[in-house]
Amino acid sequence: MKKDGTLHKYQRLKTNLKNRKPFLRFLGLFLFLAVGLFPLSLVEANDLDSALRGLGNKSRAKLKVAVKRLGDIGNPAALPALVALKNKRLQVSEDGALIIIDESGDHGHDALSGKQVDIKSLDLSKPRINNSVRRVLSVAIGKIQLTSDDPEVRLGAARELLKRPSSDLVVLVEKSLNEESDDKVREIFFLVLAKEGLNSDDKEKRLQSLEVIAKYGNNDFKTDLEALVDKNEKGEYLENDPEIRKTASKAISSLERRQFFINQAANFFYGLSLGSILLLAALGLAITFGLMGVINMAHGEMLMIGAYSTFVVQNIFKEYLPEFFDWYLIPAIPIAFTVSAVIGIILERTIIRHLYGRPLETLLATWGISLVLIQSIRLIFGAQNVEVANPYYLSGGVEVMNGVVFPYSRIVIIIFVVFVVAAVWALLQKTSLGLQVRAVTQNREMASCMGISTHKVDMYTFGLGSGVAGLGGLALSQIGNVGPELGQLYIVDSFMVVVLGGVGKIVGTVAGALGLGFINKFLEPVAGAVLGKIMVLVIVIVLIQKRPQGLFALKGRMADN
Amino acid sequence: MIKKIATLHSFKGWILTFILLGIALVLLPLLNLLVPEESVLHVPDYIFSLLGKYLCYALVALAVDLIWGYTGILSLGHGVFFSMGGYAMGMYLMRSIGKEGVYKSDLPDFMVFLDWKELPWYWYGFDYFAFTLLVILILPGLFAFTFGYFAFRSRIKGVYFAIITQAMTYALMLLFFRNNTGFGGNNGLTDFKRILGYSLHEPSTKVGLYIITIIVLFLSYLLSRYVVRSKLGRILTAIRDAESRVMFSGYNTLHYKLFVWTLSAFLCGIAGALYVPQVGIINPSEMQPSNSIEMAIWVAVGGRGTLSGALIGAGLVNGAKSWFTVAAPDYWLYFLGTLFIVLTLFFPKGLVGFFSRFSSKDKMREPS
Repeated sequence: MKKDGTLHKYQRLKTNLKNRKPFLRFLGLFLFLAVGLFPLSLVEANDLDSALRGLGNKSRAKLKVAVKRLGDIGNPAALPALVALKNKRLQVSEDGALIIIDESGDHGHDALSGKQVDIKSLDLSKPRINNSVRRVLSVAIGKIQLTSDDPEVRLGAARELLKRPSSDLVVLVEKSLNEESDDKVREIFFLVLAKEGLNSDDKEKRLQSLEVIAKYGNNDFKTDLEALVDKNEKGEYLENDPEIRKTASKAISSLERRQFFINQAANFFYGLSLGSILLLAALGLAITFGLMGVINMAHGEMLMIGAYSTFVVQNIFKEYLPEFFDWYLIPAIPIAFTVSAVIGIILERTIIRHLYGRPLETLLATWGISLVLIQSIRLIFGAQNVEVANPYYLSGGVEVMNGVVFPYSRIVIIIFVVFVVAAVWALLQKTSLGLQVRAVTQNREMASCMGISTHKVDMYTFGLGSGVAGLGGLALSQIGNVGPELGQLYIVDSFMVVVLGGVGKIVGTVAGALGLGFINKFLEPVAGAVLGKIMVLVIVIVLIQKRPQGLFALKGRMADN
Repeated sequence: MIKKIATLHSFKGWILTFILLGIALVLLPLLNLLVPEESVLHVPDYIFSLLGKYLCYALVALAVDLIWGYTGILSLGHGVFFSMGGYAMGMYLMRSIGKEGVYKSDLPDFMVFLDWKELPWYWYGFDYFAFTLLVILILPGLFAFTFGYFAFRSRIKGVYFAIITQAMTYALMLLFFRNNTGFGGNNGLTDFKRILGYSLHEPSTKVGLYIITIIVLFLSYLLSRYVVRSKLGRILTAIRDAESRVMFSGYNTLHYKLFVWTLSAFLCGIAGALYVPQVGIINPSEMQPSNSIEMAIWVAVGGRGTLSGALIGAGLVNGAKSWFTVAAPDYWLYFLGTLFIVLTLFFPKGLVGFFSRFSSKDKMREPS
């Protein structure tokens, strides 16, 4: 399903962020230092240079010494060379110069001078490293990173250390803890020490460690803690000290409590996000259904058209205005709206207009329209999904708590939906067109008698509904795949929203959409995605038993139709 | 009894019916057996599976016409009942493969593949044809009865009902797509070997199934005809045209709607069961919402509210589909989409309605 796809996208994004940014930073830092700081600290630089040169050594023992020394010097300038050595991208030329090959493998630069070199003209050999060299290397890299000036780099190193503890570095962590000012890094440092402290002989230290873990830890610690309260096959506790066992089980339950809270927060957020998307998809549907009594089966295709409009705008920017590429979404908003609205109006004028009073046949005719639209998009853009890129300000996310990322794109979409709903509400409540729309919704004949051109109102309303769906497509393009079947994925859910929320009132649609979003997301972890969907359907049917016209049905005379 | 049946058609109608039956039951099999293969008149073997498939669709169209054409309730979920019958038959066919599957196990192949050790409880009994037959005849109707009771009781109708049934088929499709549900997941049930001991690959079995399908369709047609011509049928049409007035006249429309809804699902389930051995596969895509909507268009093409129209429509649309998917696959959806639009706009009464404009006989039946 789509949602899983987007989830993966985030996880990928997250890891990309983690991996790439520090590396780029090292590189920037390195160039900065290489160009600016070298003359200032010539002595240190000489020391660094000689140690760096040692990396080209054929003998592993000498190589290790050089690596160790670089770690002790702690100069971030050595990082690129060390990382390159670890990743087997450091090579030695015949005259002993160290060349760092970049990730593509086509270009290289001198590790000392930073000058670009033509790697094809040189006869290069790789220093041979084994596991013992690698161990030394990791320690040296960790040391430099832990003492780095950039808190992000320190955070990354600390996290790495938490995953793969190394006793050499723990000593360093203990030392740098006092100087650490960044709270997040401190937290991780505490955890690193606590993890180490669990295995110490000092009971007091172990208890302290457990408390730290209970306070800051995440689920990764659970296995460590469970080992403390487990019994072996004979039924004896693995851990002899009852006090440790008690504290450990307390820590476990505190971790579980926190995890539960985190999960609920994540469910809430993703439910809100799904609900807001459903709201965009269903809002137009509910308005047109309320007004004209027709269900537009091609409504999902308006979402798709909005998404493809965004795709086209993106491509135009890529082609003609690459320097403003990151801002393509701004003009895409009116364009997606207009394209969908115009297509909606054309459909209303040519087809749907002639089917008034025959709701079931409108259903079939609009289904036919949706088939034609889907096939047209397939012939124009191909049957495959197309790529719509997130601009930089929508990629990434806020890590609210350990392991829970709220992507910026979803947050922005929620805000966007609030604006759209507010705008539609204002349009319906505060403008004369809105007044006419409401009048026609309540009583078509009477409104017509009062001089309202119901045909025009129908046309504008249909355009508005389709346009809002187009905006929904734009939003969807930022968090999921864009393909010809995009609309089909959401259409059943948006129908459910309309059925649940009733017609004629925006508040009903809002409640229906958010309700469905929350129910879906909170049921998913308990029942699984599919059973969750089925339960949602059952819930909707049961609710309809109580309120056949939807949760927020119009009351009184209007309910007659 | 025979007298009653005889009044279902006019004399001319009966003649036409028997001519059609004669062609389908006698002439085609004879042309297959007696005429040499080189001849233009020879009917190849594959025609019977193809025609059998169309006949099953025609039975579905009959069922949809009862509920939509006559009672005015549009269901977008008939694929569910069709699949229920189909899956029941498929389970029997799976069980009768025995140990001849790829893995030489007593369990169906997909269960071995999923590393299941035992047959799930809901597969018990499908070793026996009689049990399977019972399930096919009862389950779709029972499910429809339950669903319909709750839906009709709360007076869900019109587009609401259409949407709810669509959601039902969508949800069940998702359920059957799961491997853990125990019906073969994505791939469904396939690789059948034999039915009641007869190999499904033998032409004679295919012709046999084809003949059975014709007989079932004929009987279902007579049953439907009987229902719609009875007083009950009049009330159904009245419900379609003005449900409130029927209620005010003292009828409990819930009972009538529930009856025709259940009957429709029952026929649809039988169609599914006949479909599976002839096509050789049943999978969750039969429950796609689009499939159920297509069923409605078969009826719309032929003409709602006329049983013969439903049969003709199913044949025409599926014939066109077979032709398009070979000749111009890219344009099939255009054709289907345009068909939906043009029909509803210009030919709301379908082909039968269009042609009966010229003969004044059928003026009685006017779908709203």
